[in-house]
Amino acid sequence: MPVAARARWVLAAATSVVLVATGCSSGGGGSSSPDASKTFSYQSSEPQNPLQPANANEVGGGRIIQNLFKGLVDYDPSTAKIRMQVADKIDTSDSQTFNVTLKDGWKFHDGTPVHAKNFVDSWNWSATTSNNQINSSWFSDIEGYKDVHPASGQPTATKMSGLTVVDDLHFTVKLANRVSYFEYKLGYIAFSPLPDAFFNDPAGYGQKPVGNGPYQFVSWTHNTQVVTKAFADYQGVDKPKNGGIVFKMYTTSEAAYADLQSSNLDVMDQVPPSALATYKSDLGDRAIDAPQGAIQNIGFTLYQADWASPDKAKVRQGLSMAIDRDTITKTVLQGSRKPATAWVAEGVEGYKSGACGDFCTFDPAKAKQLITEGGGVPGNKLTITYNADGGHKEWVDAVCNSIRQNTGVDCLGDPKPDFKTARAAITGHQVNGAFRTGWVQDYPLNANFLSDVYRTGAASNDFGYSSPQFDQAATKADEASSVADTVAGYQQAEAVLPSGMPAIPLWYYRTNSGYSSKVQNVAFDSFGNPAWTQVEVKG
Amino acid sequence: MGRFVARRLLQMIPVFLGTTALIFYMVHALPGDPVAAMWGDKAPDPVQLAALRHQMGFDKPLVQQYLDYMGNLLTGDFGTTLAGRPVLDVITEALPVTVRLALLAFTIEIVLGVSIGLFAGLRRGKAFDKGTLVMTLLLISIPVPVLGFIFQTIFADNLKWVTPTVQDSNDITQLMLPAIVLGSLSLAYVARLTRTSIAENIKADYVRTAVAKGLPRRKVIGTHLLRNSMIPVVTFLGTDLGALMGGAIVTEGIFNVKGVGNALFHAINLKEGSTVSGFVAFLVLVYLAAGLIVDLLYAVLDPRIRYA
Repeated sequence: MPVAARARWVLAAATSVVLVATGCSSGGGGSSSPDASKTFSYQSSEPQNPLQPANANEVGGGRIIQNLFKGLVDYDPSTAKIRMQVADKIDTSDSQTFNVTLKDGWKFHDGTPVHAKNFVDSWNWSATTSNNQINSSWFSDIEGYKDVHPASGQPTATKMSGLTVVDDLHFTVKLANRVSYFEYKLGYIAFSPLPDAFFNDPAGYGQKPVGNGPYQFVSWTHNTQVVTKAFADYQGVDKPKNGGIVFKMYTTSEAAYADLQSSNLDVMDQVPPSALATYKSDLGDRAIDAPQGAIQNIGFTLYQADWASPDKAKVRQGLSMAIDRDTITKTVLQGSRKPATAWVAEGVEGYKSGACGDFCTFDPAKAKQLITEGGGVPGNKLTITYNADGGHKEWVDAVCNSIRQNTGVDCLGDPKPDFKTARAAITGHQVNGAFRTGWVQDYPLNANFLSDVYRTGAASNDFGYSSPQFDQAATKADEASSVADTVAGYQQAEAVLPSGMPAIPLWYYRTNSGYSSKVQNVAFDSFGNPAWTQVEVKG
Repeated sequence: MGRFVARRLLQMIPVFLGTTALIFYMVHALPGDPVAAMWGDKAPDPVQLAALRHQMGFDKPLVQQYLDYMGNLLTGDFGTTLAGRPVLDVITEALPVTVRLALLAFTIEIVLGVSIGLFAGLRRGKAFDKGTLVMTLLLISIPVPVLGFIFQTIFADNLKWVTPTVQDSNDITQLMLPAIVLGSLSLAYVARLTRTSIAENIKADYVRTAVAKGLPRRKVIGTHLLRNSMIPVVTFLGTDLGALMGGAIVTEGIFNVKGVGNALFHAINLKEGSTVSGFVAFLVLVYLAAGLIVDLLYAVLDPRIRYA
């Protein structure tokens, strides 16, 4: 989901360690019965934007918004499968026009009903360029998006022609192209409904949001905390089992961890790297180790002449086989990652273990052979560009050592001071050879890991990768008649990647976290968020 | 005296303009686009990126941005953060916390540092003096983060006297632990400076004269010895106050104090020129004022020093 800072956060949190405990239920002790009126605290960071649904693409604001709002659908925290929330059903016969039926009885926190127009008005407003919403491009599938968000100049309309309100509980969405899995995207917070009052004062509303989610806004003390309380009239399938969430702002995860151990903080999102080795013994059965829908890759600059020729794919395959993923994840990363065998992260709908084939297994002899067959690494030297502020140095060095020892190719890390500098170099095509990259799911579907990254000209295709077979397979998958067919279609697209190897999959992320002795029933979903409403506070 | 102060105040204007211009340029020179960074790992939507850059004024030339900024500053408008909040709000939120923390640390280092230094200086070569030298050496050599974590472990985890981090940054009793950590390094310096200065001056002619006149020991030490020995200490304290106000990033991080250090660090990370400049402008004023006060204190402490 949160694209920006979420990604920033996960990737930054990345020095980590993990074990295998899973965060399912029953906290330490568990003797006292839960008190549904009590609140719990969660480690957070100051939202970087006003609290408007289409403006929160970083963890700080994103996780608050997702509790204040509820869209048509969301994802079951335990299975990552889509489930209906405000929507009663979403029908389509051609994967292009979607008929949405809402459930009756949903209310905003100000008491006004949640009707079809609240969705349509919200999406129109959020998509319009002049409203400056960071996530405006999420609406680009909808017909008429180009009128409210033209490629240049001012919008010529304020409404997208693809959205039509039928009555209070029905509206239709017509897309510009067929996107069979469109409903999967609808779980993203940018698609939340907005109450009528929002449009009178969007800026003021961003400081004091009124949503329709399980929790309602109480107060926001900047840089200190955001307080929410359970919404009594909430109609979702996940009624809160606690009285509310207090989002406490921390600047370092070390401070949060110290507070967690002394029960001054109830749940945190990722233990600090310094605690990875000890957190399981520190917290006992209150430690959490859960999979996340995120992957770490090494991307290549296929736009450079040196790497462009088709036979260089063999070199990349060889390099991939020279990396001893098992050892590096166990030692350098202290078990906090799981070796990858595909370009789609584990636990995501459509994840196919082993899609990378032999190329993701460690085999030095085969690696050398492939690199030689492919004509060798240009200059016999590989540089891997990465951001030095995310704890990546250790594993980049380990990967380089692995490559150097097993193939004789010289390999060096090329650190950039911070995330935005590294991103600027990567998107500006200023890197030489290879770079660290990764993907955090926006929604738990394989299409998200493939279409947005490896398609020709895709927004996050930083490699300059262009494969007609891949594009064809992806387009075919988009036009499939059901999500199941789409998933299968994208699996076929993923099968094209080993031959071109634009990026080497390294490992999947995990959530290494924990909770205090005051709460129980804490489980994390594949977004790295706890199942908020299910947390029980001991009486 | 009046003219001296007036001249010093006038000198502040070019210093202030120079530092803010420099900081403004330096923040701008940091690599990476702060607006594009809002999209994180994803490629920004070019249309929205351009619209946001225009809204925030980043599409103007740097000189124009600086002039706009200074112009607004004159009317009391410190600009807005990338998140759209007035920078002044951010400053007025963080500043009281840091002022409390800094003053607390400052008081600790003055009271403890000067008294320890005084006693050590008077008993030069004795056990207390030697103990002081060892203890201060220890404090100077332990890095602040280490000291912070040691204190956190002892006082919060083991003794349970306090919470590991500050739960309410406006509660002065909770700021005690961070203040002690923050003040400990300077405390060691103050103690050493005072000790050396006292040990030096105790042999001076004016002290011997005062003793010969039959003044009580209290008066000899309090009025003559201590006062004259304070000049190097005051010089150090003056610059230290400025450092305490702006440089507590590490301590604030360990104890989760929402002060200037944290806010500044956050703003630099986001490349928020307006916030960084606002804070720095303020800190420059604090430094300049502290420098002026130190200079004026010289005259108070040593009547031989005159300003015209």
